[in-house]
Amino acid sequence: MIYRSLFPRDVLSELDRLQRELQQTFHFSPSIRGIARGGFPAMNVGGTPQSVEIYAFAPGIDPATLEVQIEKGVLTVAGERKLPPAAEAATVHIDERFAGRFRRVVTLPDDVDANAVDARYRDGVLRISIARRQSAQPRRINIQ
Amino acid sequence: MSDTTPVKKQSVADDAALLPPVDVIEDASGITLYADLPGVPKDRLHLQIEADTLTIEGEIDLEMPGGMEASHAEVSLPRYRRVFTLSKELDASKVTAEFSEGVLKLSIPKAEHAQPRKIEVRVT
Repeated sequence: MIYRSLFPRDVLSELDRLQRELQQTFHFSPSIRGIARGGFPAMNVGGTPQSVEIYAFAPGIDPATLEVQIEKGVLTVAGERKLPPAAEAATVHIDERFAGRFRRVVTLPDDVDANAVDARYRDGVLRISIARRQSAQPRRINIQ
Repeated sequence: MSDTTPVKKQSVADDAALLPPVDVIEDASGITLYADLPGVPKDRLHLQIEADTLTIEGEIDLEMPGGMEASHAEVSLPRYRRVFTLSKELDASKVTAEFSEGVLKLSIPKAEHAQPRKIEVRVT
């Protein structure tokens, strides 16, 4: 016999609870601007003691049309992805790729140097490397 | 059928992969498929057609400084994979592919005999 609760919980609220628990398990702490997963371009952020590295997965875009801006500790990547329109007589069977204008925003750590930024585009990935300020880098202190 | 040799099959197909987004457009001459595979260099893209199965695979290769720690990752696996079943009227031997800046364009023409022909109906 299959056990059934007398008062089954609503499926959606169960999913909500599951998501909350997952977030707690994996320590996702969404920033004030949210995590906006599934946005375009997809982004990976990482860091070393010397720099902060941001990878934006934006394939098939002319790098000259990409707008990268740092203002008040916030990095913005914006642009437009234009896809060739399908011919009139053609049938579109699957349409999943992103098209149109996009803008994504990343809050940077306090110790980055907005004047030491390096951005390159390769294989459809925009890599932005921002150096951390010298004074903020860990230093070994000699004990006399 | 018996298989006693404890050989561990280590193929790429066993690893978890991301599903790349695609566009598939069909016109009278054939099917055009576009796939987004950002981060995959040309030599890490693998295309395969076996019988009527088309497999698109690519490995992501990013330049990363040593000792980097990820703090937020949306692209969390190092490879893409997607498999399609082709239909009979497509000519798998004449597939052409272009790959640039992370976008793959595959053109799969229809076999000669499957291309639309205008059939005249005579009324007598």
